[in-house]
Amino acid sequence: MAAPKKGRSASAQSKPGRSLALILIAIVALTGGMFAAGHTTPRLGIDLAGGTSITLEAKADQGSAINKANMDTAVEIMNRRVNGLGVSEAEVQTQGERNIIVNIPKGTNSKEARDQVGTTAKLYFRPVLAQEATGSAASPSPSPSASGSSSASPSPSASASPKEKASSSASPSPSASATSQGRSVTDALKADSTPSASASASGKASPSPSASASGGAGNDATAKLQAQYAALDCSKESVRATAGKNAKPGDPTVACGEVDKVWYKYVLGPAAVDGTEVKKASAVFDTQTAAGWQVNMTFTGKGAKKFGDVTGQLAKNPAPPQNEFGIVLDGQVVSSPTVRTAITGGQAQISGSFTQEEAQNLANMLSYGALPLSFKEQSVTTVTAALGGEQLHAGLLAGAIGLALVVIYLVAYYRGLSMIAIASLLVSAALTYVIMSLLGPAINFALNLPAVCGAIVAIGITADSFIVYFERIRDEIREGRTLRPAVERAWPRARRTILVSDFVSFLAAAVLFIVTVGKVQGFAFTLGLTTVLDVVVVFFFTKPLMTLLARRKFFADGNKWSGLDPKSLGAKPPLRRTRRPAGPAAGPVETKEA
Amino acid sequence: MSKLGSIGARLHRGEISYDFIGHRKLWYGISILITITAILGLTVRGLNMGIDFQGGAVFTTPKTSVSVAQAEDYARDASGHDAVVQKLGNDTLRIQIAGMDTQQSDEIKDKLAADFKVDSEKIAADLVGPSWGDQIANKAWQGLGIFMVLVVIYLAIAFEWRMAIAALVALIHDITITVGIYALVGFEVTPGTVIGLLTILGYSLYDTVVVFDSLKEQTKDLTKQTRFTYSDVANRSINSTLVRSINTTVVALLPVAGLLFIGGGVLGAGTLNDISLSLFVGLAAGAYSSIFIATPLVADLKEREPQMKALRKRVLAKRAQAATDEEIETSRPVADDSEDAAPAVVGPRNQPAARNRGRGRPSGKRR
Repeated sequence: MAAPKKGRSASAQSKPGRSLALILIAIVALTGGMFAAGHTTPRLGIDLAGGTSITLEAKADQGSAINKANMDTAVEIMNRRVNGLGVSEAEVQTQGERNIIVNIPKGTNSKEARDQVGTTAKLYFRPVLAQEATGSAASPSPSPSASGSSSASPSPSASASPKEKASSSASPSPSASATSQGRSVTDALKADSTPSASASASGKASPSPSASASGGAGNDATAKLQAQYAALDCSKESVRATAGKNAKPGDPTVACGEVDKVWYKYVLGPAAVDGTEVKKASAVFDTQTAAGWQVNMTFTGKGAKKFGDVTGQLAKNPAPPQNEFGIVLDGQVVSSPTVRTAITGGQAQISGSFTQEEAQNLANMLSYGALPLSFKEQSVTTVTAALGGEQLHAGLLAGAIGLALVVIYLVAYYRGLSMIAIASLLVSAALTYVIMSLLGPAINFALNLPAVCGAIVAIGITADSFIVYFERIRDEIREGRTLRPAVERAWPRARRTILVSDFVSFLAAAVLFIVTVGKVQGFAFTLGLTTVLDVVVVFFFTKPLMTLLARRKFFADGNKWSGLDPKSLGAKPPLRRTRRPAGPAAGPVETKEA
Repeated sequence: MSKLGSIGARLHRGEISYDFIGHRKLWYGISILITITAILGLTVRGLNMGIDFQGGAVFTTPKTSVSVAQAEDYARDASGHDAVVQKLGNDTLRIQIAGMDTQQSDEIKDKLAADFKVDSEKIAADLVGPSWGDQIANKAWQGLGIFMVLVVIYLAIAFEWRMAIAALVALIHDITITVGIYALVGFEVTPGTVIGLLTILGYSLYDTVVVFDSLKEQTKDLTKQTRFTYSDVANRSINSTLVRSINTTVVALLPVAGLLFIGGGVLGAGTLNDISLSLFVGLAAGAYSSIFIATPLVADLKEREPQMKALRKRVLAKRAQAATDEEIETSRPVADDSEDAAPAVVGPRNQPAARNRGRGRPSGKRR
């Protein structure tokens, strides 16, 4: 509707045409971008598309502060867990200061997802039985036992530091009690000592579990493990996501781990130490030996004993990987340090070529099991696809009804003028739709039911801007002005009113968006977005269009159907135009005294 | 259109004008009464807090032939708690069970699925921990507080502090009324209600701000003339924006009505319904308060200013003068149909009632 007029006016008077051209170009560009991005519909939230949405709240126990860093770590870990279930669409985001929202689309086992997400302790120390690079060729044994001074060492190595804890690290004699300790590990674990585990405990430098298994009573579990290991290709992400995810702590398992961007596959013995048995871990910079960043761990009493046992036993093995233990987080080996002596003092340190960030990450993982904070399930919403579709349908229907009612009202009240309002509403709707579609991939915006509500409510706010302007124009006409000056005179006043009231509305939306959580936030976002768009549309579309149409005979002559008929508006006869208002207060009530 | 349009014209010219300011004591009284009722309702009856505030579960079954009573039995057996079952518009059932945590509700869902003989994946569930609703509400209160502070600062800068205070009072008034109605009628309070309530913030102020904007414009050079007091001008601001206020309220209520109709009629219950219900109540209160509370309050506050007091004195003196003059030269004609001017001069004596209220009052007060 505006396009041909735009062309005409561009030559006649540049200003309104330019604004119209600008907004049309913007719409075309955005729409083009939408198609180019391949997201032609807004991303739907869980309540409209079906799926499960879990809201978790961080609890301030364990002495760890709820801060951004910790929340981010938690999100990262949860993301790994949920997407490990084989759904790549799942999303994990923080909301507010202490909430994490996990959205899992339909078609996923939501129960499993729930179990995975909020669990805190899924960190284990497992002895490494075999290790091999997958994918790109690399040396099969990546971790030299050097204490990490050499930057070439791709994997960190753990060692009791004699400097620091001379008494504790000096006291044990690994060689003397090696075998008995090896047994006590399995006893202490109360795990079924599977053949592979005992085989490795006896210290055979076996390159693969097949060797160790052959020494034991090759039972099914071992054979299965062997097959798994042989088949494991850690260079594939889909494989990594599932490998060793559901291993019981007492069983040996296969796992993947990344060292210097190369993925290795591992066979790991039963868990020797549980993540909860790490009392504290911290990243420190070793100034004395210039070894760089390292991680200091303190174990609990029980953990210290177990760790002492397993390291003592590992230290007997002369070469990697059998003298390594894997720190396994959610089924993935995050670090596999070599052990040189038994570490029994309850204190250990892992050194290697860590960056500060790596060291801190590892320390975080060690300190808090897996998650830096503990979380409590606040709400779990499962929406079936059918219900989601129904709600979407209802929301759209409500929007259509609302829009239709508003249009009917506008037409009845403003007649010809309502065309401008309706065109503006349509432009506004188009912009909202396109921007929502684009925000899906851009900032993970998902349209949920409250957001739909917000958009519907915004119809009113948007329409109101036109009402403010139209009423102003009508007032000017009532003063006896003809349409063209009336349109121009009404604009500055209407503009201020619109800006002030939209600002208040936007302020409400912004505060709500920042402060609140959950459904409220989605609502606030749409409300804010539409308020901003309202201003854009009024400035760059409604006003210029009004200016253009004011030149048309239909409107300028105040046709009965234009909605601007001076007569039906009750304008003063033109001759009275000379009586200009004397003061601001005078307005319609000027008098003979003026 | 033309009817409302011509009313608009007459309002604009001041032919019909309602003395909102003059009757402010009445409106204050009504509002205070409503507020007291609301507060009483809130303290005596309290709010009917939904599942989200107690912890519990809401299950929505797929289309089923199971009756409501039967479903209640199933739910009681499965959970050991009493359940509220509603039949929704499309033959699905909505089962609410309060007072359990999210872990328990998993088992209940499975049991229900078995009872209804459907796949448990087909049952939609909303499981809420006991503190989730509180968290939402607390955040909402926090948001409300921050918003109020910011908006008062903004209005104080954009307009002046008196308007900011009046707007704040109107806002609190709207929220109190809405909450009071929820308490009295016993509507269930859900996070959706909270959303609706928070939206009222924006809307209520939006309306108020438009009236204030017109007021500010009309009172710019008020002290330079002696014909109108602040209250007169404030009253005219309300009257001249009345059509707009009505239009805005109608246009805002129409989509909400659509939501309410669809949310209540088709879906039966849920977020749409909750949001639109509280919006509907709040919008109505908001439209009322911006006209009947906020502006009269500004006028009240303004009239206390020494400047405005002086103005009022001058205006009244002038009117007295005019009245005396008129009594002397009664023949002075109102020839050129400048009816606008007449009321102010002539006062209450020979004007129709409608006009009388608008103009007559100030001179009437003199007596």
